[in-house]
Amino acid sequence: MLTFLGIESVDQLFETIPSAIRLSRDSLKLPDSKSEFDVLAELETMAAKNKALGSDFISFAGGGAYDHDIASAVKSLSTRSEFLTAYTPYQPEVAQGVLQALFEYQTLVSRLSGLEISNASLYDGASALVEAINLTVAQSKNDLVWMSQGINPTYRQVVNTFANGTGHSIQEVPIRNGSTSWPIDDQTLPGTIVIGYPNYLGLLEPLEQIINFAQTNDIKLIFAYDPVSMALLTSPGDLGADVAVAEGQSFGVGLNFGGPYVGLFSIREKYVRHLPGRLVGETVDRSGQVGYVTTLRTREQDIRREKASSNVCTNQTLIAITTAISMSWLGKAGLRELANRCYSGTEYLKDLVARIKGVEIYSSLPSVREFAIKTKISSELLVDRMIEEGFLAGVPIIEGFEGSDVYESLLVSVTEKRTRAQIEDFAGALERIVR
Amino acid sequence: MTLKHQKPGGKASSTPLMGGGEESTIFELSSPGRISATFRETGIPPKDPSRTIPSYYLRNAELEFPEVSERDLVAHFTRLTHRQFSVDLGAYPLGSCTMKYNPKLADTSSMIPQFANIHPLQPVSTIQGWLELMVTLETYFTEITGMSAATLQPAAGAQGELTGLLIMKAFHQQNNDERKNIIIPDSAHGTNPASVTLSGYTPITVRSNSRGLVDIDALRQLVDKDTAGIMLTNPNTIGLFEEEIVEIAKMVHEVGGLLYYDGANLNAIMGIVRPGDMGFDIVHSNLHKTFATPHGGGGPGSGPVAVSARLAEFLPGPRPAITGTDSSGNHTYSMVTPAKSIGRIHSFHGNAIVFVRALAYMMYYGGKGLREVSETAVLNANWLKKRLSKNFPAAHERVCMHEFVCTAAKLKKDSSVRALDVAKGLLEEGFHSPTVYFPLVVEEALMFEPTETESLQTLEAIALAMDKIAEMASTEEGKDGLKSAPRVTPVSRLDEARAARNLISTYDASVSSIDK
Repeated sequence: MLTFLGIESVDQLFETIPSAIRLSRDSLKLPDSKSEFDVLAELETMAAKNKALGSDFISFAGGGAYDHDIASAVKSLSTRSEFLTAYTPYQPEVAQGVLQALFEYQTLVSRLSGLEISNASLYDGASALVEAINLTVAQSKNDLVWMSQGINPTYRQVVNTFANGTGHSIQEVPIRNGSTSWPIDDQTLPGTIVIGYPNYLGLLEPLEQIINFAQTNDIKLIFAYDPVSMALLTSPGDLGADVAVAEGQSFGVGLNFGGPYVGLFSIREKYVRHLPGRLVGETVDRSGQVGYVTTLRTREQDIRREKASSNVCTNQTLIAITTAISMSWLGKAGLRELANRCYSGTEYLKDLVARIKGVEIYSSLPSVREFAIKTKISSELLVDRMIEEGFLAGVPIIEGFEGSDVYESLLVSVTEKRTRAQIEDFAGALERIVR
Repeated sequence: MTLKHQKPGGKASSTPLMGGGEESTIFELSSPGRISATFRETGIPPKDPSRTIPSYYLRNAELEFPEVSERDLVAHFTRLTHRQFSVDLGAYPLGSCTMKYNPKLADTSSMIPQFANIHPLQPVSTIQGWLELMVTLETYFTEITGMSAATLQPAAGAQGELTGLLIMKAFHQQNNDERKNIIIPDSAHGTNPASVTLSGYTPITVRSNSRGLVDIDALRQLVDKDTAGIMLTNPNTIGLFEEEIVEIAKMVHEVGGLLYYDGANLNAIMGIVRPGDMGFDIVHSNLHKTFATPHGGGGPGSGPVAVSARLAEFLPGPRPAITGTDSSGNHTYSMVTPAKSIGRIHSFHGNAIVFVRALAYMMYYGGKGLREVSETAVLNANWLKKRLSKNFPAAHERVCMHEFVCTAAKLKKDSSVRALDVAKGLLEEGFHSPTVYFPLVVEEALMFEPTETESLQTLEAIALAMDKIAEMASTEEGKDGLKSAPRVTPVSRLDEARAARNLISTYDASVSSIDK
C-alpha cells in the first residue's frame, strides 16, 4: 500500500499536522492491549462491586425505570447483528429491515398515545419532554410553560438545563396531597401545560378542570404518560393532549443502570412539519412494491441547519425496535395482562403496608403501578436497612421535592415479576424496620 | 491482480441480498386470539382496576396490539433482518459515520449481569463497580482527547454539542460576558448550526478556501468580542486536517472565545494529535463511531463531552467521583454535582451500557493499538482515494485523513449519471454506498470512509465496483442500468417524493389511505 502511495512510512500521511502539537510521547497513557478474555475478566471484577437485582436483592424500585421480565424471543431478536451493526437508513433500498420495524414501532406508539403521528424515537423520557416543550412553545408563540411537580424530577431538571439555551420560561407547579395546584387564577397565561399521567408518584390526578382550562384558553397540552398503564387508561390523545411523551424502557429493555432507554414521542397530525427526529413513511418502489423511507426530511438538521427546530441526528433505533418486538410479543391480551398484574400487585402491597403501624400511604388518590409511603425513618436510611433484608425498597423522594408534603417519602413499585411471597416478605421486613 | 485470487476478506460484498418480495407488517400477521406472552405464577389475587380507578380515566376500547404466536413473531423480525444491510454483512464505507467492524467482545461485555441488572437509582454503596467503570472511561477519554475532565451523560453527538455549547454559555455568563455568535465552517455537520440555535447563540458561517480548509482571512474578519466560540471538526468533513489550527485557536482565544471540537472524526488522530493540544477547550466524541459500540441502526449512541480544567466546574451533574478509600486501600466512589454545573441532561446517567462497550474496546486495543487504528484508517482512506481518482477525482488532491470526498461532477457532465446513481450502483454490487451530497461545499460529493477494519482486498473489491460503474456510465445501456439501480436489493429505488407528499407513517394511516 505504501508503494502504491509513493511513500515510505505511514508517518508521512500525517505531515499536514504541525509537529508542535503532535503527541510527543510514544503513545497514549492507556494500558497495553489485552485479549478479549482478559478484558472480560477485568470488567467482571469491576461489575462484581455492584449489587444486582435478582442476585443481591429483590427490587421494588420504579421512578421511571422498572424491573420487568424480558422474553427470550425479545432478547434473541433485538440482539441480531443486522439491527445492531447498521446505521441510520440513508440508503432505504438496503435498510428495509430497520425502516419497516420503525414503521411498526411508530404505529404501536401512536396507538398507545392516541395521537396520529409518532417519530422514530428520541433519547429518553427526559429528552422527549424537552423536544415536546420546544415544539409547543414554537407553536403557541408563548414561552411560558407550566410544568407539574408531578413530572419525574430528573426530567424536570433536564428541561430546566436546556431552557437555559432556548430561554423558555419554566414554571414548576407544586403538588399537594398528590395533586398539582394549577394557578389558574394567574394573570399571565402559559402557552404550554405539562401533565404527568399517572404522575411520578403513580397517582391519577384530577385532570378535567385543567384540561378544560387549557382548551378554553388555547394552551397546548403535553402529557408525560406511562405506556404500560395505557392498557387500562384512556389515552392522552383521547383526553386532549397535543403532544404525548413517555419512557419506553418497560417494553423489553433491561434496567442497564439507566440507559440506553428510549423516548416515545407523539403529536397531533397538524404539527407534523415541526416534528423533531426521524419519521418513517410508507411508499412504493419502481415496480409498485411497498417500501419504507425516512420522510419529511426537510425538517431535519442536516438540511435545515440553523433553522431546524431540533438537532437530533442519531436517536435510539435499536431500543425502539426492541420495544416494538416486545409490544408485539405482549400482544393485545398480554399488554392488558401486564398492566393488570402491575396494578394488582401494587394494590396488594398497598393494602398490606397500609396496615403497618408507622407507615402512611402518601395520598388517597387512585394509583397504578407505584405509590409513595411515609415512615418516621429517612427514606435513604430506610433503603439501606431494607437492603440488609434483601430488598431494593424503592426510590427516595428528595431532590426536586424540597418543601413539598411528599418530601422524604419512599416511592415503591410492583411489576408483574413480583410474587405474592416476595410482596409479603417485603411488607414483613418493612414492619420490622419501622416498628 | 484479479479479484478471484483475493481470498482474505472474501468477496466483502453481499449480493444478492435475501428478502426479496414484500414482508407483511406485524399487524397484517395478526390473528385474533393468538399470543406469544406468558406470565409467572405469582399467587397475587387479580383486582379489577375499576374498584379504585374512576371511570373518567378508564379506557373504553381495548388497545389493539398485534396478536401473533412466538413462531410468527420470530419469523417476521428475522425476515426483516434479511432485508437489512449491516457492517457484519459487508463493507460500509459511509463517510462521516465510521462504520468499522465492531468486535463481538462488546456484545458479551454488555451482558455482564452485574452491569445489566442494576437500577439507575440504587444507593451509591451498591453501584461502586459502575462508578469505577465510568471514572475509568472518563480518564481514558480525557487522555485520548488531551482534556481535563468529562461527562458521559450526553446520549449522542448532537446532545454532546448542545451540552458543550451550554458549558460555553455558562462560562461566559459567569464572566458577565454576553456574547452572541458561534462561528461554524460551511463544511460543518448540520447538527452544529442546529445545536447553536438551541443554545441561544447565533451561528455565523466562515467559508472554506480553495484548499478545503477554513479561510483564515475570512475568519479574521468574523472574530470579535461578540464571538462566544468556534465549532470545528478536525480533520474536517472533507477529510482534511485544518493545518492552521494553532493560529485559529490563538485568534479565537485572543478575543476571549472558546474552541469546540466536534469529535465525529476522532478516528483519524488517536495517539497522533489530541484536540486539547490543538487548543480546543471542549470536545465531544461519538462512542458508537470511534469506539465501535456500535451504531444500532441509528442509535443508541453516546456523546461524552470532555473539557479543559477551567471548564470542569460547569460540567453536567451528578457525576461519578473518587471520594475516599476503603479499609483495603481501594478507591470508593460517589456522585457529585460540580459547583457551577449546567445541570442534568439525561434522565439518569447516559447510555450506560454503551460505556461498557466503549471501555471494552479501549482496553482491547490499548494505547498503542488505538494509534494503529488511526494509522490504518488513514492509510486505507488514502489508498482508496488514489485508487479511485482516475474516474472520481478527489475534491482536493492532497493527503487525506480517515476519509475523503471525491466528486462525480465530471461523470455527471459527461454522462448525466449523478452521485446518487453511483451510490445506488454500488448497492447493486453489494456494498453500502458512501455518503452522498455532503459536505455541501463539494459538487456531486461522494464521501468515502473505508475505516481501518477493511482489508486491502476489500478496498480493491470496492474499487473494482467503482471502475465498473464508471465504465457503465460510458454506454447508453450502462447508463440506464445505473439509473434504474439497485435491482438486486429487497426493493428497487423508492419514491421518496410520494412518501412526503402523501404521508403514511403508521399502519393505521396506510389502511385508511386504501379506504379512501
